[in-house]
Amino acid sequence: MRPFVEISDVSLTYPGAGANATLALEHATLSIEKGEFVAVVGPSGCGKSTLLKLVSGLHLPTRGGVIVANREVAAPISIVGMAFQNPVMLPWRTTLDNILLPLEIVEPHAGRFRANRKSYVEKALALLKAVGLEGFGDRYPWQLSGGMQQRASLCRALIHEPALLLLDEPFGALDAFTREELWAVLRDLWAAQRFTVILVTHDLTEAVYLADKVHVCSKRPGRIVTTRNVDLPHPRDKYAPEFVALVRELHDGIAEVRAS
Amino acid sequence: MNEKLESAMPWLFVAGLLLVWQLACVGFGIPNFILPRPSVVAQAFVTQFSAIMENSWDTLVRTVTGFVLAVVLGALLGIAIGSSRLIYRGLYPVLIGFNSVPKVAVVPVFVIWFGTGTVPAILTAFLVSFFPIAVNVATGLATVEPELLDVLRSLGARKRQILIKVGLPRSLPYFFASLKIAITLAFVGTIISETVASSSGIGYLMMAATANFDTPLVFAGLFVIAALGIIMYAIFAVVEQRMTFWAKRGDGLMTG
Ligand SMILES: Nc1ncnc2c1ncn2[C@@H]1O[C@H](COP(=O)(O)OP(=O)(O)O)[C@@H](O)[C@H]1O
Ligand SMILES: [Mg+2]
Repeated sequence: MRPFVEISDVSLTYPGAGANATLALEHATLSIEKGEFVAVVGPSGCGKSTLLKLVSGLHLPTRGGVIVANREVAAPISIVGMAFQNPVMLPWRTTLDNILLPLEIVEPHAGRFRANRKSYVEKALALLKAVGLEGFGDRYPWQLSGGMQQRASLCRALIHEPALLLLDEPFGALDAFTREELWAVLRDLWAAQRFTVILVTHDLTEAVYLADKVHVCSKRPGRIVTTRNVDLPHPRDKYAPEFVALVRELHDGIAEVRAS
Repeated sequence: MNEKLESAMPWLFVAGLLLVWQLACVGFGIPNFILPRPSVVAQAFVTQFSAIMENSWDTLVRTVTGFVLAVVLGALLGIAIGSSRLIYRGLYPVLIGFNSVPKVAVVPVFVIWFGTGTVPAILTAFLVSFFPIAVNVATGLATVEPELLDVLRSLGARKRQILIKVGLPRSLPYFFASLKIAITLAFVGTIISETVASSSGIGYLMMAATANFDTPLVFAGLFVIAALGIIMYAIFAVVEQRMTFWAKRGDGLMTG
């Protein structure tokens, strides 16, 4: 069986005149099984966001290939859901209508959106409830706190039931308490639906708390240099000695990568 | 109490200014054909009321016509520039160059083409006011967050869908903010053209009054222009607030 996501020997250069061209990734190789929850960590600017863009088909590799769900990625693939550090809600839409936005665009939902609106709304409300935003559907995003907006952004990423969830430092701008609440929310959603997750983060505790496998990226041009399995049972205790030891191990690994 | 005082402030200020003006004119014995006293200006306003109203009406019609043209064409141009990189590259320098030409220099050309009167006034109003509308709409479209574009494009959104669902609503606050600027500019354009090439309109009335050394009437004209300018600005400020409450994030009506 082929892995669900297969990035093989991929390089990507952002075009630019002469020395301005940026080689973001070089010989990056990474495989992810279906239903896996992986984290990608690494120094800032090493190409983590670029990696997600390659997987989603928003950028195409300069060299090498990306295969998702047995298909070569040659254009944006709509089986992905995405969330970023910036929740980017549309301020003129209520939270509920923001969450429904993907369904107005992605097929096959877009074609039957009007006719099935009621059932879609029910689905969105269920998701809102799952992330702890019950009753906030008709608020505008700017009436919500940062953490609540990020919960809504997760709902928007999941509303079309994507097989692959791409998260680019989604909790990076939140305070520590909110962040940890959202870890639990994400973990519960994943446990219930078992989509595949690629979580990009620079927070090693977050990576070890959530993921089953942590990939460490070298400094630019980025490639995956180490992969570490996390076999601790859930829910994890971030103060447990094994947990702390693992975080330290990753931390030292990254320090080495940065120094090299 | 404080709020009442705040909303009364503009009126108090204007009344104070007029009073100082009146007293200064009387005190220093300034003749009315140099700087007429407010009371004399008011008199001129009353005695020439019908002429002022007729000419103001002409000016208003020309301004609004030019403005409507500017809204339609400016918005279309802004959408074109804001949603196509190629058009942006090609057109933007041209627009900048065009906008730096003083519009009063264009009026004689219009007169050669269209004669004097209404048409050059409308065209001048249009020319001075479409630019901020086009630029603002284009800016609004250009400020759509890249992350949002990523979300939409990964879902397979077409350019047109992105424009309708995100681009246009995103540019609405910019559009409405530009309207209140544009309407006052259109007004200026009309009056410039009327002072140069027209036999009606408030601009013409003031030129004619100047030729007759009827300074009080000139000042009455200035007051009418100021009043119309404020009224039109206020109308579009209210429209802006109604249409784009969400752009004011939180402060006001909707928080709760
Ligand atoms: N659209 C782009 N055009 C040019 N260079 C880019 C672009 N996006 C990212 N880069 C460059 O590519 C490198 C990797 O960026 P990114 O993938 O965002 O890193 P990370 O997410 O790990 O911080 C950086 O040096 C960045 O400046
Ligand atoms: Mg990044």
